[in-house]
Amino acid sequence: MKVLMTEYLRIDLDTENWECRVCDHVIGTATKSYKEGLLVHNRDPREIHPPILDPEKYRFTFSPDPEWVRILEFCCPSCGTQVETEYAIPGHPPLYDMEPDLPALKAQWARRGEQKTPVVGPAVAADKGHGH
Amino acid sequence: MSETSTKVAPKVPSAEEVALIKKFLNDTTLFLGPDPEIMRNHDLMPRSAEEDAAMKNLSDAHTVAKIRDRIQAGCDEGYEMVEQMGAAPGAKWGDIITGVYSASGDLAIASAGGVLIFSALVHHPIKFIIKNWVNEPTVGVRDGDGFIHNDSRYGNVHNTDQSMILPIFHQGKLVCWVASTVHEGENGAIEPGGMPSMAESPSDEGLKMCPFKVVENYQIKRDILTFLQNSVREPKLQYEDMKVKLFACLRIKQRIEETLNSDGPEALVATLRTTMENVRAEVKRRVSEWPDMTVRTYIIQDSTLRENCVVKINCKLTKTGDRLIFDFRGSSPEFTNRATNTILAGLKGMLAQCFLCYVWPDLPRGQAAFAPIEVITDPHSIVNSSYDAPNSQSLMSIFTGFTAGQHAVAKFLYSCPEKYTKVHAPTFNMINTFIWGGVSQHGETLGNLCADLNGMGGGARSDTDGEHALAPIFATMADIGEQELNEEDVPFLQLVSKKMTRDAIAPGKYRGGQGYTMIVATKDSEQWGFMTTAQGAKIPPIQGLFGGYACGCYPLSKVKGVDVYDVLQNEPHKFKHSIEEIMNDQPFEGATYSTYHMGMGFEISKRGELFMISQGAGAGYGDLLERDPASVIRDIEEGLMSQGVAERLYKVKFDPVTLAINQEATDAARDAERKARIARSVPYAEFIKSWNKPTPPTHLQYFGCWGDDITKLYMGSADKFRDADTPRPNYMTHPKDVRIAELEARLAALGAMGSDKQ
Repeated sequence: MKVLMTEYLRIDLDTENWECRVCDHVIGTATKSYKEGLLVHNRDPREIHPPILDPEKYRFTFSPDPEWVRILEFCCPSCGTQVETEYAIPGHPPLYDMEPDLPALKAQWARRGEQKTPVVGPAVAADKGHGH
Repeated sequence: MSETSTKVAPKVPSAEEVALIKKFLNDTTLFLGPDPEIMRNHDLMPRSAEEDAAMKNLSDAHTVAKIRDRIQAGCDEGYEMVEQMGAAPGAKWGDIITGVYSASGDLAIASAGGVLIFSALVHHPIKFIIKNWVNEPTVGVRDGDGFIHNDSRYGNVHNTDQSMILPIFHQGKLVCWVASTVHEGENGAIEPGGMPSMAESPSDEGLKMCPFKVVENYQIKRDILTFLQNSVREPKLQYEDMKVKLFACLRIKQRIEETLNSDGPEALVATLRTTMENVRAEVKRRVSEWPDMTVRTYIIQDSTLRENCVVKINCKLTKTGDRLIFDFRGSSPEFTNRATNTILAGLKGMLAQCFLCYVWPDLPRGQAAFAPIEVITDPHSIVNSSYDAPNSQSLMSIFTGFTAGQHAVAKFLYSCPEKYTKVHAPTFNMINTFIWGGVSQHGETLGNLCADLNGMGGGARSDTDGEHALAPIFATMADIGEQELNEEDVPFLQLVSKKMTRDAIAPGKYRGGQGYTMIVATKDSEQWGFMTTAQGAKIPPIQGLFGGYACGCYPLSKVKGVDVYDVLQNEPHKFKHSIEEIMNDQPFEGATYSTYHMGMGFEISKRGELFMISQGAGAGYGDLLERDPASVIRDIEEGLMSQGVAERLYKVKFDPVTLAINQEATDAARDAERKARIARSVPYAEFIKSWNKPTPPTHLQYFGCWGDDITKLYMGSADKFRDADTPRPNYMTHPKDVRIAELEARLAALGAMGSDKQ
């Protein structure tokens, strides 16, 4: 059985592996961080958040300061889908952000049965209001 | 000299002795400061014997629902009264809560709209009153009494918020409490508006009201009122809003009395308790549906509002069975002389807001929704500050703490089939607005802020873009106010208002909702000024979700040496309607143009000088290469993004004149970008060899843990730290002293300091 954990990741409870939901690539063991099976790029934040004010003239430009923060971009090594971003202080170890308890997950999903598509959740519907 | 001693087991006092010691300490207390027993507990009080008996006699769910709805309607009625009649801008935009509390002080039923952060922390002052004043012969709690409160160390969010609290008696017996709380703003602090970023100790934070009696026989005591009016910059507002809150409480009291008369006190007591216990049980059931997992995240504050530095809010969220535990250990130590600390209750309140607004909005509003959720922090940390630390800008840590929680919660919710909302990327979290004060065009002394703080951009959801300027994270149903109405009372105009700031984006498969530009200039007063109190000019204060990006950064821009009203009168073509054009084109000859971080202390402004800021964007969701090209073009058409940025980031190919999409070329560009990603990225194991560093960077003042080691909290540099469990003072140097030292060093290097006597 497979559990859809994020927009791009699922866990195969039988093999205990993280998998890419876009290309089915097996990323690595779910007993470790999925990031260990991905590729990483150290992105200058000015490339994503472009300066609105002229950087030649001003100290603050609407762009993050690349000496203060970097964007770690994690992508699937097979299809190149960007699975996660992490705004990180330079040199700060990447986070082990999702550490599931696999035996508990198996027990929980044994009661539910597999879901092939994620539950989106209810939409916010406009109230018709009070009328006569 | 040496000394030897034989270890002797300490004598354990008997129960009788413990009782005697406790009585002695209680009888000889010199100062009733904030009570940790009250302030640390956000759970429901134990069910009392009266509640237990009442619940045994009322098992009819229909009666409970009827009474609950009636009380809820009463709370909403009180809310409307405060919103409509209150003088404070905070009242007008819904920075309010009204509620009914159990006899033990738990908030059982609260108004549905407004600021739900209050739901988890307005109960503390009532518990203080119960513990200390009920049996105190010089105070007492009687029918007709009313108590006021604003000191956040005894409850509530920050000292701008004032509560009016009334006990409700029935046939001489206390059955419940009602209270009304409003963000009043002005409180006589060293800067106007009630949230001074310049405060370096609690003594700089203005009026500090622990809960005390200000109403007897339903009348406000004029002597105390006069004292309070003398303690703030807006004496008329102080009086008006005390009356408004009192009368809102009396209306709720009226609704309670109707219930007491129709159904009796037991039915009321049983309804309040049943509501809370049911909500608490339901929260535990819902949590049990989440995956058992640990999620880690951190949010970075990039300033103390006085200086730029790196302040970590560290969060580990663990769910096991029906337990949910927020662990904020590793977050920055508290600042001894900076105002961005928060008391623990403030953090908890905002986490409660996350659940009530973004996760389980269907739950009845009250204290119970957060009651079973656990929170762990270090002592004297920025999210659990001490009594002696200033906290007037606690919103900085409350909001970044909230975002850490919101970011972590989303990673639990995705796989959970039972959802009450869509999975949600972090909403923008800073109060990018102008706080203002001085003497108005009508000669009134004022101090408050623009309601634009409520225009935070919404985070993207799992199938939808975030909404622009949607709502503040602390209230889903707040308003950004009518600027034109505000301008009747204050001597400045927002020359540009509610116009989206182009290219200040948070990209993703679904993008974050964007923020809008505010450009203000004083017009009709020589004694008027502004301040801004937000972080995020160097580092974004949020994180993206599932491959989406956070927002960018938001600075303060100023144009001095210009009277823009003269420009508008004589050369109107020179005025531009965006920060981008005014700052880059510099259209006003002789003016100076400059940028700053968003922690501007109160500054007097001259007529026609421009102060310019932007509200922020919520975070993006998912890989931006999956964004529908038609949505990218729509963003260009709506002025959210320039063509160049759209093409470069989203890899959408289109005709620059007609904006017609070339789907084939877009697909090819996106395929190429995915390949380029793989080519420029490196395997994780290889990456961390060069990326990971053992300590914080030397070029940054860094506060908090580094990596996973939460036992060591850095205090500004790699060689200055404390044990997490052992508080130490953490002083910051005055920014002007830092600047003077820099300049003196330069002078010394030039040999120009030689004759200076030291």
